[in-house]
Amino acid sequence: MTAVVHTSTIRTTCPYCGVGCGVLATPDRHGDATIAGDPQHPANFGRLCSKGSALGETLSLNGRLLHPMIRCKGSLERVAWSDALDHVAHRLNHIVARDGPNAVAFYLSGQLLTEDYYVANKLMKGFIGSANVDTNSRLCMSSSVAGHRRAFGADTVPGCYEDLDQADLLVMVGSNAAWCHPVLFQRMLANKQKRAARIIVIDPRRTDTAGEADLFLGLTPGTDTALFCGLLVHLVDSGALDQDYIAQHTSGFDEALARARSIAGGVPATALATGLSERDVTAFFQMFRDTPRVVTLFSQGVNQSAQGTDKVNAILNCHLATGRIGKLGASPFSLTGQPNAMGGREVGGLANQLAAHMGFTPPEIDRVRRFWKAPHIAVHEGLKAVQMFEAIGRGEIKALWVMGTNPAVSLPHADVVREALRKLELFVVSENVLANDTVDSGVHVLLPALAWGEKSGTVTNSERRISRQRSFLPAPGEARPDWWILCEVAKRLGFAAGFDFTSAADIFREHAALSAFENDGRRDFDLGALKSLSDAAFDELAPVQWPAREGAGPTARFFAGGNFFTADKRARFVAPEAPALRTETTASRPLRLNTGRVRDQWHTMTRSGLSPRLSAHLPEPFVEIHPDDAAKYGIVDDSFARVTTDYGQCILKVIVSERQRRGMLFAPIHWSATNASNARVGALIAPFTDPFSGQPENKATPAAIAPCEYVFRGFALSRRELDLPPRLWWTRVAASGGCGYLFADNGDLRHWPAWLQAIAGDDLVEYRDFGGGIYRAASFAGDRIETCVFVGPAHDGGDWEVVRSLFAADRLSDEQRRILLSGKSIEGAVSTGPVVCACFGVGRTSICDAIGAGAHTPAEIGAKLKAGTNCGSCIPELKRLIAQAGEGEAGSKETRFASAAN
Amino acid sequence: MSEPLVIVGNGMAAARLVEELGKVALGRYAIAVIGAEPRLAYNRVLLSSVLAGETASHELELRPAAWWRDRGVTVQYGSAATEIDVGRREVKIAGEESIAFTKLVLATGSMPLRLNIPGADFAGVHTFRDSRDVDLLLTLAARKQRVVVVGGGLLGLEAAYGLAKAGAAVTLVHLMDRLMERQLDAPAAALLKSLVECKGIRILLSANTARIHGNERVETIELADGLRLEADAVVFAAGIRPNVTLAKDAGLAVNRGIVVDDLMQTSAPGIFALGECAEHRGVCYGLVEPAYEQARVLARHLAGQGGAYCGSVVATNLKVSGVSVFSAGDFLGSDCSESIVLSDLRQGTYKKLVIADGCLTGAVLVGDVADALWYLELIRSRQPVARIRGAMMFGRSLADRAIAA
Repeated sequence: MTAVVHTSTIRTTCPYCGVGCGVLATPDRHGDATIAGDPQHPANFGRLCSKGSALGETLSLNGRLLHPMIRCKGSLERVAWSDALDHVAHRLNHIVARDGPNAVAFYLSGQLLTEDYYVANKLMKGFIGSANVDTNSRLCMSSSVAGHRRAFGADTVPGCYEDLDQADLLVMVGSNAAWCHPVLFQRMLANKQKRAARIIVIDPRRTDTAGEADLFLGLTPGTDTALFCGLLVHLVDSGALDQDYIAQHTSGFDEALARARSIAGGVPATALATGLSERDVTAFFQMFRDTPRVVTLFSQGVNQSAQGTDKVNAILNCHLATGRIGKLGASPFSLTGQPNAMGGREVGGLANQLAAHMGFTPPEIDRVRRFWKAPHIAVHEGLKAVQMFEAIGRGEIKALWVMGTNPAVSLPHADVVREALRKLELFVVSENVLANDTVDSGVHVLLPALAWGEKSGTVTNSERRISRQRSFLPAPGEARPDWWILCEVAKRLGFAAGFDFTSAADIFREHAALSAFENDGRRDFDLGALKSLSDAAFDELAPVQWPAREGAGPTARFFAGGNFFTADKRARFVAPEAPALRTETTASRPLRLNTGRVRDQWHTMTRSGLSPRLSAHLPEPFVEIHPDDAAKYGIVDDSFARVTTDYGQCILKVIVSERQRRGMLFAPIHWSATNASNARVGALIAPFTDPFSGQPENKATPAAIAPCEYVFRGFALSRRELDLPPRLWWTRVAASGGCGYLFADNGDLRHWPAWLQAIAGDDLVEYRDFGGGIYRAASFAGDRIETCVFVGPAHDGGDWEVVRSLFAADRLSDEQRRILLSGKSIEGAVSTGPVVCACFGVGRTSICDAIGAGAHTPAEIGAKLKAGTNCGSCIPELKRLIAQAGEGEAGSKETRFASAAN
Repeated sequence: MSEPLVIVGNGMAAARLVEELGKVALGRYAIAVIGAEPRLAYNRVLLSSVLAGETASHELELRPAAWWRDRGVTVQYGSAATEIDVGRREVKIAGEESIAFTKLVLATGSMPLRLNIPGADFAGVHTFRDSRDVDLLLTLAARKQRVVVVGGGLLGLEAAYGLAKAGAAVTLVHLMDRLMERQLDAPAAALLKSLVECKGIRILLSANTARIHGNERVETIELADGLRLEADAVVFAAGIRPNVTLAKDAGLAVNRGIVVDDLMQTSAPGIFALGECAEHRGVCYGLVEPAYEQARVLARHLAGQGGAYCGSVVATNLKVSGVSVFSAGDFLGSDCSESIVLSDLRQGTYKKLVIADGCLTGAVLVGDVADALWYLELIRSRQPVARIRGAMMFGRSLADRAIAA
């Protein structure tokens, strides 16, 4: 459990998305590390995306939770580990004794390592006796899990990444892989370039992924099932079925086909149901039909739906019907969002799984009970995330332990979640950070967990590949591995025998053994070959795909020859329900709010938000709207708008863009009360869930939008966190050397000098043009800016990029100081504009200049500026800028990214 | 045959008038310059630099004797004009023959005010006006004497700085609550005070000099509040008074200065006045720049060309080494104007720009005066500044880019 201080390069795995890229980390002596892609890792072969590349900027201990804390008389106070653990165990014991095991719950995270997950799941389901173990993966890919289980009898991803290299057609459904799985997307683009593979993107939103598509299908939200039902009918009617495969390895085809015909019985019906043109529908059907090597990739756009499981099955149906499954370059493929969502699924860290891909059938319960020697094994499913927090709100669950996730931000109806947390009798959070919206919702016990770079164990990526996360930094303060914390509590609950693990390797061996226990090939998930790994072998474990059955060779794919994990070994065709969103738009909620990620941020920004580079791409929480809707509702690009749903409201920066569908809004999920004043987008989302997966419909909440006027815009930068004046709209942005804030204000400009003077020293530079609505000031410590604030009318807030770069400097020359409050760059330090290429910090202005100077392709821009030559995730944006430059004035209507200045 | 033109006064205004006449009316007039000071016209503005040891006395001379000669100008320096006979069109000169004129220009300048207080006539009480004064003050400073400078305006500050630099222990007393109150707002004056204090000069504000004690020779200065300052010498630098005696005796209209119209003509036809002695539209200017503008207008008029003097937007530059101060136009602002202020006290910078009706109407600069002339140009030209409002404070190059953008 003690991390070793390494000085050489350590192989580890990226903690962001489910691609699971190998990372080479070379720590220095100051707690920082140089980060590079691992050329040997089979997920990325050395490539990293912008987020992964910036991992070195996220290792600071600022804001880290370093000691256990317990709430005493209202405030959190530092306590010894033993006291914190005793307290948690004592309170859990008391509540279970009084109210039964179902009064307690664990809420886990796809950020946890498999070993942490395993211990948590074992403790709750085997020993405390409740299946109230759920995870943020519920919000992410549980519909894929449920779809897989319905069709395959197990949560099996049939294909692997090589299929993306070898397919001739890549169909991406509800996936903005260009931003959310950039390294895989680059593999697909490489396939397109080398092998002329075609790409189809199915998404209501014209994302950067769509920018690379040969065919873009901007369908009506929630109608994916109709599209794939139509496809199934087309495959049947055009004689494209694999009759042998259907006959030998599946069941339920006729019912599924009948349902498909009733939903979308041909091209016209499909076009009508999906809002697509018949021509586009036909093109898609024909391409799919005529391309044996087709991979259909699906992600949150499919999963995050009240019919997500049916959508998954509608897709799987088409692959089963053509036998295009588990074959080289031919498979359905679920892209997972988190680094270890798959690992969580493997241990059974979901309320509707028991353990190791086993469910709650009596034989499975019995098998797990015997393996664990479990005294109180849970015998039925627990509450899934949304229902779990509703039960907390009703007072039925009285104790909750959250590990490594931020449900007060990420769950639907998040304001109600936040209130529910305050009702808990015992609210424990294992965390890296001292503050986030969840911690700030009345936590009773705060336990410091190891972070990425410190902890050690395994994660599994989207292609079932287990990779080691290795520590390369010492454990800071008193932070401990999550598994250690859990074991210590388990021991105090009287379960010492089941939790006497001494290392992550120890846990992994038991986890592997359970997967192989009475398996005999009946369960997909089997790590039998790894159950006796020595500690040293575990340490050196190279990335390995499962199944890894004892005595059997590697298996990269499943199901090409059937052998499904149902009782009859046949796959099931599933007849989906007719597609319908759970909610209706109304006169007062005329639009639908779609949500998602942006390229350079991760989840609630507790890690990625620390990187100045990553903060530069889209620094402010925003809502994207189609120009027609913007005109209709009086919304102006680069202004602010209030977005209201039946559940909450936010005030967001506006991006008017034709990439957004009419009638739809899009807002990213990353911002919280910790880093923005009015941007808890989770609070807007309806809590309706899929009946099978329990996954909420995060992408279609009825909403209204109205303009929100601010007289002043501005920004502040400081070496320390600032308490901004009240009633400000603000968002925090990482800045080199301190904290940045972008804000908007309707207050009296004259309040600012007093506010600044109260926090600044004597050495103050001030610029006042109150008549022009401008106040700018900077306090200095020596030749370095200590704090600065720029306030002005919307068109004249000062150039954030310029000032940010001056703030990053350790000393300003007299000339820089003289010109600082102009908010403009002096000669030679020309503003480069908002950052487009986060890897090399190349700004839009520089890129447009390069285009103007004759660079006509991303490669030419890359040759000049390096932009796009690392992770490549900005290449779509580079192409857009090239296209815009070509369009001239017409291009100025295109997306402009939100930023405080310009 | 050239017309006889007589200029009374041999200062900077006179020299400039001769120069301007040389451009527009060379040979039309036979010019005679009569000056009381015993040397050729010199740059009075630089006297404080001489005092500070930054300029040598001989470098002050505006033009060499040959320059005057080449223009056919008769220069009589060290000669005092005593009377103007308007009817006979003659100027009488002490100890010499009268000179006849058809056109007469009075460029008699001004004299320093001496406070009307007890002891003001003691030995050791000086003024700071001409090169003789400077020679005296340098002698004082060389003897490390304690000097009290009375007056915290431009002249007083420059005198105090020069004396301190030359070695004197200087205290500056000023009647008002801030230095240069006619050119600076309170923050600028406060910054100036601290900057001047850094030069080793003690400054007392709101200090009303009540009397000078001593036995026919300065010993202490007593302020109205009773405070006494020991001193070896006092320098009055508390203002100037236009030299109007000649004009007044000749029956010309005189208020504070000699009243002139927009052609610089006094109440008597063919008799003109310019420079510090003149009062135009109620204003007596105490700076060289308006005198130069007046000289140009007057020269054109005397050459028979058009033009009129409509008053000057005055700009003040304090010439104290390392303490740059500039003030121009409506430096205080009013209810009808807006002010933009940039202050950086550590760098010794304070800048205020006053805007009214979309134009720059005033400027105060302390420390950073690099763009002073550009601001002055903007004030004078009254060109709209809306487009450069945000950049103007940070200099012309940034503003030019703002326009280009």
